[in-house]
Amino acid sequence: MTIPELTTQCRVLRKLMIEMTTAAGSGHPSSGMSACELVAALYFGGVLRHDPANPQWADRDRFILSKGHGCPVLYAALAEAGYFPAEWLNGLRQIDQPLEGHPNMKRCPGVEASTGSLGQGLSIGLGHALAARLDRRDYHVFVMTGDGEINQGQVWEAALAAAHHKVGNLTWIVDHNGRQQTGEMEDVLDIRPVAEKLRAFGWDTRELDGHDLPQVLDGLTWSKQGGTSPRGLVAHTVKGKGVSFMEPDFSWHGKPLTKSEMSQALQELGF
Amino acid sequence: MVGELAGLILGAPTRDAFGEALREAGGQRADLVVLDADVNNSTKTDGFRKAYPERFFNLGIAESNLVSVASGLAACGKTPVIASFATFILCNAFDQLRMSVAYPEMNVKVVGTHSGISIGEDGASQMGIEDVALACALPGFQVVVPCDEHSTRAATRAVLAHHGPSYLRVGRGKQPLVYTAERAEAEFVIGKAVEVRAGNDVTLVANGFMVAAALDAAKLLADAGVDARVLDLHTVKPMDHEALTRAARETGGLVVCEEHLHHGALGAAVAQSVAQHSPCRMAFVNLGDRFAESGKAEALFEKYGLTGQQIFEAARRLLS
Repeated sequence: MTIPELTTQCRVLRKLMIEMTTAAGSGHPSSGMSACELVAALYFGGVLRHDPANPQWADRDRFILSKGHGCPVLYAALAEAGYFPAEWLNGLRQIDQPLEGHPNMKRCPGVEASTGSLGQGLSIGLGHALAARLDRRDYHVFVMTGDGEINQGQVWEAALAAAHHKVGNLTWIVDHNGRQQTGEMEDVLDIRPVAEKLRAFGWDTRELDGHDLPQVLDGLTWSKQGGTSPRGLVAHTVKGKGVSFMEPDFSWHGKPLTKSEMSQALQELGF
Repeated sequence: MVGELAGLILGAPTRDAFGEALREAGGQRADLVVLDADVNNSTKTDGFRKAYPERFFNLGIAESNLVSVASGLAACGKTPVIASFATFILCNAFDQLRMSVAYPEMNVKVVGTHSGISIGEDGASQMGIEDVALACALPGFQVVVPCDEHSTRAATRAVLAHHGPSYLRVGRGKQPLVYTAERAEAEFVIGKAVEVRAGNDVTLVANGFMVAAALDAAKLLADAGVDARVLDLHTVKPMDHEALTRAARETGGLVVCEEHLHHGALGAAVAQSVAQHSPCRMAFVNLGDRFAESGKAEALFEKYGLTGQQIFEAARRLLS
């Protein structure tokens, strides 16, 4: 897709995120909205080598959403890419439906890992990356964590191990929206500066504006080139990006919009 | 020595047998990958490491990462074997076993070495005494506790042949030989108890190190005119309900013996089965609800109530 097409695609993804969580009556739309451009660039910007008709293709690139609560953006992207029918989105979080509150890889095609207990995705991605080495395949693995999520010690265990084993086919995207469940990062547990920490752990790391599509595409493409170090992308983002009344307020973490709030949000997004 | 009364001789440590069987399997199965938390010379995966270095990864002293990396490898068709001390792999990485392995039904083989109090001098921090209860709490896991080197080789092969998450528990020190190599090879089937002594007056159900202790107790009971059946219930999950039902009906009482805490492991699993299928009198010989301490294994067994004599006394109380 071109940049204008990707911009439109992002508007659609945000609309779907808001609609599906409002219909469900629960969920985490704001956590997906900060990651929207990153996910759109992966699936629709030509970064991921993937085939929605063949989700288990052995040579596919992987995208693992470690911050599982942000799954509305993943579900929206997978539906738009054609992994499953768009109607599935209407069943989000409902019994007997494949789209659970946090991603379940056993039930949803295109979901690479069952996540929701924070901190495990980078390790799982490392496992996929090592498997590529063993099988002499050239796929690339992208893992997205939150920035609150990296409070978890396991993330740094994985970071150490990936650098030590020179895993060049692994990219770690930090959705650095600066906001956690109960407040701003600086008030909860300030882990900044993030990029310096990745570098200290042996990751070749760039920072970028996670809502600037050319920067996002450039960063993802650079990270995929590989080498002897794993690569990190610290994406500065805004939680709830795209909706004026969500952007300044951390309390939108685990809250869907009401129907009237949804109307206003969709209007702001140009629908 | 445990097993002495029953006339058993000492075999190799079960961790050694696991390590040898793993290395042998590595030559036949290219999908086997071994992950280590920097204890491969203790867990005995070092044989595999030397034979197949390209399929061996030491990920450092970090069990949480270890387990989730195994999940990613399994998702790509590998069969990862992850070994560490029983208490470290289960306790340190329980959420990873739950979320990265059990929930997505990954074909990961978890091996806990240094189980029980028989590790001795290193003390309570190193003793896996809760590992079986935790492993049983993971949906879909099979949980296997072999009792000697021969059955451990057979158990290792069986666990590797099974497609799905497994927990294999082995020990540090030498263990008495309950089986010949031929018998273990012929009779070891996951989920099937083995009658290692016939008898109809009472049943001693045990696994791991306690099978030999139960055979000691059976000798003491025989001297007292009681003919005890001894079941090696090496698989805690899935449970062999049929063997337990038969034992309950034919012998009228069960004593369940394990080198583990009282709650949540073999005793609980057997009690649930018996309560559901064939209620009978039961007694339990285990560590209770406490940590042990440093000391020689034999002295610890004595102090913490895990000898043939103590199983004998529990059986006598049950029968009285």
